[in-house]
Amino acid sequence: MSGASRGADWTPRPRGSATPRRKRVVLADRRRTQRGGRTLMELEEQTSVGEVLVQHLVRAQLRSALLLGGTTALAFAALPLAFRLLPELGGIAVLGVRVPWLLLGVVPYPVLVLVGYLSIRAAERNERDFMHLVER
Amino acid sequence: MLGNVWPLAGIAALSLATLVLGVWGARSARTTSDFLVARQSVREQRNAAAISGEYLSAASFLGIAGLVLKDGVDALWFPIGFAGGYLALMLFVAAPLRRSGAYALPDFAEARLDSLPLRRLSTVLVVLVGWLYLVPQLQAAGRMLTLVGAVPYRTCIAVVGAVLLVTVLSGGIRAVTLVQAFQYWVKLFAITLPAFVLLVVFLVDHPDAQGGMNAPRPAAFDHSTTVRIDADVHLQFRQPVWMTVTDAAEPTDASRPALGSGDVYVQPGEYSVPAGAALRFPAGSPVPVVSDAKADNSTWLNPQQEGGAGLVRTYSIMLATFLGTMGLPHVLVRFYTNPSGYRVRRTILFVLALLGTFYLFPTVFGMLSRLYVPQLLVTGRTDMAVLELPQAVLGNWVGGLLAAVTAAGAFAAFLSTSSGLVVSVASVLTSDVFRGRVRSVRAVSVVATVLPALLALQVSDEDISLSVGMAFALAASTFAPMLVLGVWWRGLTAVGAACGMLSGGSLVLAARVVTAVWNLPSSGVTDLVKQPALVSVPVAFLVAVLVSRATPHRVPSSVRQVMLRMHAPDRLGFMDERAVPAANSSRGGRHHADDS
Repeated sequence: MSGASRGADWTPRPRGSATPRRKRVVLADRRRTQRGGRTLMELEEQTSVGEVLVQHLVRAQLRSALLLGGTTALAFAALPLAFRLLPELGGIAVLGVRVPWLLLGVVPYPVLVLVGYLSIRAAERNERDFMHLVER
Repeated sequence: MLGNVWPLAGIAALSLATLVLGVWGARSARTTSDFLVARQSVREQRNAAAISGEYLSAASFLGIAGLVLKDGVDALWFPIGFAGGYLALMLFVAAPLRRSGAYALPDFAEARLDSLPLRRLSTVLVVLVGWLYLVPQLQAAGRMLTLVGAVPYRTCIAVVGAVLLVTVLSGGIRAVTLVQAFQYWVKLFAITLPAFVLLVVFLVDHPDAQGGMNAPRPAAFDHSTTVRIDADVHLQFRQPVWMTVTDAAEPTDASRPALGSGDVYVQPGEYSVPAGAALRFPAGSPVPVVSDAKADNSTWLNPQQEGGAGLVRTYSIMLATFLGTMGLPHVLVRFYTNPSGYRVRRTILFVLALLGTFYLFPTVFGMLSRLYVPQLLVTGRTDMAVLELPQAVLGNWVGGLLAAVTAAGAFAAFLSTSSGLVVSVASVLTSDVFRGRVRSVRAVSVVATVLPALLALQVSDEDISLSVGMAFALAASTFAPMLVLGVWWRGLTAVGAACGMLSGGSLVLAARVVTAVWNLPSSGVTDLVKQPALVSVPVAFLVAVLVSRATPHRVPSSVRQVMLRMHAPDRLGFMDERAVPAANSSRGGRHHADDS
């Protein structure tokens, strides 16, 4: 296990040496994005074009996060109010379990996973759109 | 009460397994950076199990069932919020935060807002939030050991503190990643197996399933029961009861009448009962409950029976838990073990599924406890329901075995969360406070364990879920504004963030002091003091935005670069790996751990 987890970037260092050796980590192969080199350079040099692109991406990501988060929050926040205003909900039983216990004890968890899944899809779609612009 | 070998054997076996795994994993944790960060090659699933294992604390394992026993269906908002916090984290913070290269919250404060004072403020808050979370964990573990081993509370705190320290020192996060993943599965097993068995026994015993639970009357003792009160309580009686009181000292608290002694006929009302008294109830008598629990089964069974005050409390809990998770020190650190923003999102999806699975089961314990261990409502020790239920339902060796399993799970919950907190607090202290003066993170870990253990020596009667809720409220009122605004809004300035964090944080701390000093009655306003997030979180966000607007010249010049790094897709390779190791080496954080 320890052998596999020490990737190529791991360099043994003499015990007790005063300054740890600086290591360089290459995270992505820049050559592969050569096609979009000009736009990428605009991003790196933060020209106004690059700036607009990034702002566009941030807005798109924020919009989908707010949409999914806001809908979920509203749905959850509506529950206590609904229980308060419609007390007869408490009397209904589904499969021998009362509706409030079901709505608060079981239903939220699959809903959270579903929203999580949708949010990944939305975020990655936004990133793909951005990549299309950059690699144009 | 339970003083037998089963639960103790469970706890001992769990501690031993954790230690062995820790030592085995620690062989590869060589340098301080290993010790703190762990290699980033830890796989997503295992990392998700580790995150869930670290996150499911004693508040989840013991506290939720206890609160359900006391408060009924309204208590279920706590587990929803504990899990939902990860959704908020995923939607608004996780991937950009990972790409920013920040390891801990103070790193983010410095990387995004380029301010050393803000970094220091964040460090102080990390320690505060961490300890506010850690002390209730230690207290719960101490109470658990007191119950199981019949040993004085202070001895128990010393024992759990020592076990925690050994666990932390034996490995650190690298080893702990393995150990934490193991702990998730231990906890899931320890809650599901007993829950299934007890539910089946219950359904066989009570074919009419709901057993009159909807009647507007209190729970009842189904056989003659003696209850020993071990801390002063206020008991509310809804129906008159014949009972026998022995060993009752004169109550120190004169705000409510005393019960008297000998055979007494108690009229409905609230009474003050001193520690040490023994109350003997005949079979069939209604159960009096501690003053903050729901006395009637029908108010227990149905949601939102307390009008506006109940709504305020529910919304406050929702806000604190949903936004608080992202500001807990041991949560963010974990994401550094994922190599990219893309992987972080996937890991959190696994986490949501793992947490959701777990949180289905404490509810079962809480519901059954109302029928089988109502005496906990008299003593107020509802947090111990999970431990007492198996033997109350099944008096034989099967019950003993199940009690051993739940005790092991509860101790796993305490140990994993606490060690995660100690390591995160220690790492922040090492790089920011003891800069260069202490040779090793391990020495700081000792400090980060011993101080909270000393604080935990003070006995607390609060439910663990409620005290942990305060840590969530503090995190939601301080770090949530900094993180959410920092990730999405270019206009945030260090001054704005600091003012927001200070105003939100001081509101929560003031509320915490008030609830600790005065015993507040329940009403709309006092519920807001007990659960301050509904006020403190919006105030913190508002102040952060307004002050930032007023100081536009303080927007850091690096903001464009940082925004690009945080939001650009991983494939472009803008993520800054060097930010943190460089920061650490300049702060003396990269010493060899085995120097000590």
